[in-house]
Amino acid sequence: MSEMFHKSDKLKSIISEFGITIALLLEIILFSLLSPYFLTADNILNVTLQTSITAIIAAGMTFVILTAGIDLSVGAMVALSGVVATSILKLNLPFVISFPLALFAGLSIGICSGTVAGIFITRFNITPFIVTLSLMTIWRGASYMYTDGRPVWGLPDDFGLLGSGRVLSIPLPTIIMICVYVVTYILLKYTKFGRYVYAVGGNKEAARLAGINVNQTIFVVYIISGILSAISGILLASRMNSGQPNAGLMYEMDVIAAVVVGGTSLFGGRGSIFGTFLGAMLIGILRNGLNLLNVGSYVQMVVLGVVILLAVLLDKLRIK
Amino acid sequence: MKNICKQYPGVQALSNVNFELLAGEVHCLVGENGAGKSTLMKVLSGAIKKDSGSIIIEGREMNFLSPADSQRAGIGMIYQDFKLVPELTVAENILLGNEPTKGKTPFIDYQKMHNVARSILTQLGEEIQTDIAVGKLSVAQRQIVEIAKAISKKIKILAMDEPSAALTENELRNLFAVIKKLKSENVGIIYISHRLEEVFEIGDRLTVLRDGKFIHSCSVCNSSRKDLVRWMVGRELEQEYPKIELQRGKEILRVENLYAGILKNVNFSVNQGEILGFAGLVGAGRSELARVIFGADPKQGGKIFLDGKEIAPHSPREAIDLGIGVLTEDRNKYGLIMQMNIRENISLSNLRGVMRGFFIQRSKENSVAEKFTNELRIKTPSIEQEVENLSGGNRQKVILARWLFTKSKLLIFDEPTVGIDVGVKYEIYNLINQLAKNGIGVIVISSELPELLGICDRIAVMWEGKIVDILMHSEASQEKIMTLATGGKFEAYNV
Repeated sequence: MSEMFHKSDKLKSIISEFGITIALLLEIILFSLLSPYFLTADNILNVTLQTSITAIIAAGMTFVILTAGIDLSVGAMVALSGVVATSILKLNLPFVISFPLALFAGLSIGICSGTVAGIFITRFNITPFIVTLSLMTIWRGASYMYTDGRPVWGLPDDFGLLGSGRVLSIPLPTIIMICVYVVTYILLKYTKFGRYVYAVGGNKEAARLAGINVNQTIFVVYIISGILSAISGILLASRMNSGQPNAGLMYEMDVIAAVVVGGTSLFGGRGSIFGTFLGAMLIGILRNGLNLLNVGSYVQMVVLGVVILLAVLLDKLRIK
Repeated sequence: MKNICKQYPGVQALSNVNFELLAGEVHCLVGENGAGKSTLMKVLSGAIKKDSGSIIIEGREMNFLSPADSQRAGIGMIYQDFKLVPELTVAENILLGNEPTKGKTPFIDYQKMHNVARSILTQLGEEIQTDIAVGKLSVAQRQIVEIAKAISKKIKILAMDEPSAALTENELRNLFAVIKKLKSENVGIIYISHRLEEVFEIGDRLTVLRDGKFIHSCSVCNSSRKDLVRWMVGRELEQEYPKIELQRGKEILRVENLYAGILKNVNFSVNQGEILGFAGLVGAGRSELARVIFGADPKQGGKIFLDGKEIAPHSPREAIDLGIGVLTEDRNKYGLIMQMNIRENISLSNLRGVMRGFFIQRSKENSVAEKFTNELRIKTPSIEQEVENLSGGNRQKVILARWLFTKSKLLIFDEPTVGIDVGVKYEIYNLINQLAKNGIGVIVISSELPELLGICDRIAVMWEGKIVDILMHSEASQEKIMTLATGGKFEAYNV
């Protein structure tokens, strides 16, 4: 009797493991039938390039959501780190000095944002939603203040290489994205910290009584999210060859969608980095495919929303 | 209920179960976890649909599609996990979905609501303020509110699923008084419990289920405890409490003049090879004491010595590193991470032990989990099974495995057998004995007096944050403990 029960469990876990993969494959098949250009190497690399910015942030968001938190400040962080980094490139310094300095400044902004979020969430016990919602407005406002609302133009040409350079014809952002995913995958799956993230998200009090430093874990999670948002912010600035204070608008929604479509539970404790990767790709490919088919951007928004709903519905059904 | 069947994917939860309840009787439904008791009750309440069979009430066949249907038919249900809204007040909970209104207006008449709630509670012989949030009540009080809620409607049948799980002896007396009162009003009561003593005390008839099948039904006076256990387990159990003689070794834990929260001047010690029991009412400070020793709550004064060295753990982490483990009363809420599997739950507190450098070694982790799963006989198809799918006894063993893997010197069991089957209880007692024999200091906190009397060498009795006495096994009795646990007021309530 119990054996049969476990068999059906196994079936369920297989579906839950591969549900998103199946959806992704269906999507790829559909688009390759509809558009001859879709399945070309050029286009595939193009998709990964277009998706890389949000996908990198989504890796960080996965950590946050696994602890049953949320980080709404990521889009604003993209803008702030972008404008701060580019403003440093505008200083009258040789590129070899200003470039690392710009990177350092951008990443520091990310760490700083994560720290502020961490302090308010753990020390003052304010819900992540409220804390990061506030930070979202604060960082966005700060970006406009810092630039007087005008984009930072006239950057050194070399800076653009970061976002549009290629190694063996693979775009640099794609390579960076893959590196981020490999590192975060290992971090989540094979380190103590990763295990603690799941435990804290599963049950905070039980985790504390099992000897886990819950606050520290939550703290680090927001710092990771901040750093990865900053990396994306710098990459985006490089691709646009300018620091835009309105960059990354509504990114938080795309990113959360990728994580949730990838099977990570908003209640915490369940999910994976690999799932998020597939989720980000699913959304990226959808955008790309619709573009190739000349679907208007208004329709695209509707389709995207419907797909996200369907994906989450699938998730709900398989848990039952 | 006739020939009730219910099939879940892969499991026949109920097969041809028959159950009969007369007005004004207490019919006990017994069986191990997974025997189908709760499922049967859910079918009765309309919470789940039966596959076949029929429910007949007062000669009429009923077809319940939802809990609302069964409530209309006069069936009240008290579930194991309470269905109260913690943010609402006592009165709001009792009359939830049944609120009195001001005349025909949609506005709630709070005055009347509190009056009605108060009168129901008085009927039950309980004094609980009706305007405080249920979340602030003790477990026992919530239980009363749950009963009040059930009887606030006109009911003919009241089903209670493990109503006594969280109650202490004298709260249980209260509950029994309430049950007797309902009986006299011709309400038929279905009583589900793991505690067999209760079956014999309050039951008129009993029905035993095993593996979703009807096993036996008879009058309570015509059966013995031994029969009952045999029907439930399907085999003979020689003895309920294995007691072994242990060699008392050196002192492991000593607590001196401890003050913390409600705890006042607590003094005691535990030696190797001995099992120290803690008796007392809920709220007497037993779990609080465990939390302080474990570093989960701060102490305000006094000293704690482990292995002769003074310790002052400020967090569970520090306590764990010192060699202390606590098996919490509510293992689902404060022990296990439900979404994690057995392997991850076992290694959680000692990931260092399965790591190489920065990384967790799956092979090491697997072998640790396999080892404990075998040693403690955790019943599972694989160590990758999520603990959510395990029974209470196996969950308890997973937590125990966690503390064994951290090499605990002192283990505190808070209500170690709550919600655990008779057969598995015996196994847990054996494990506790084994631990004590291996030189681990063992503290057992329990509200089940026979359990404490059955396995402990000494029993400390707490009352209002103090240890009133520590009894040797030979001098302890239920009466004595109850007298002490109620601050000497035992005689008063025993009449």
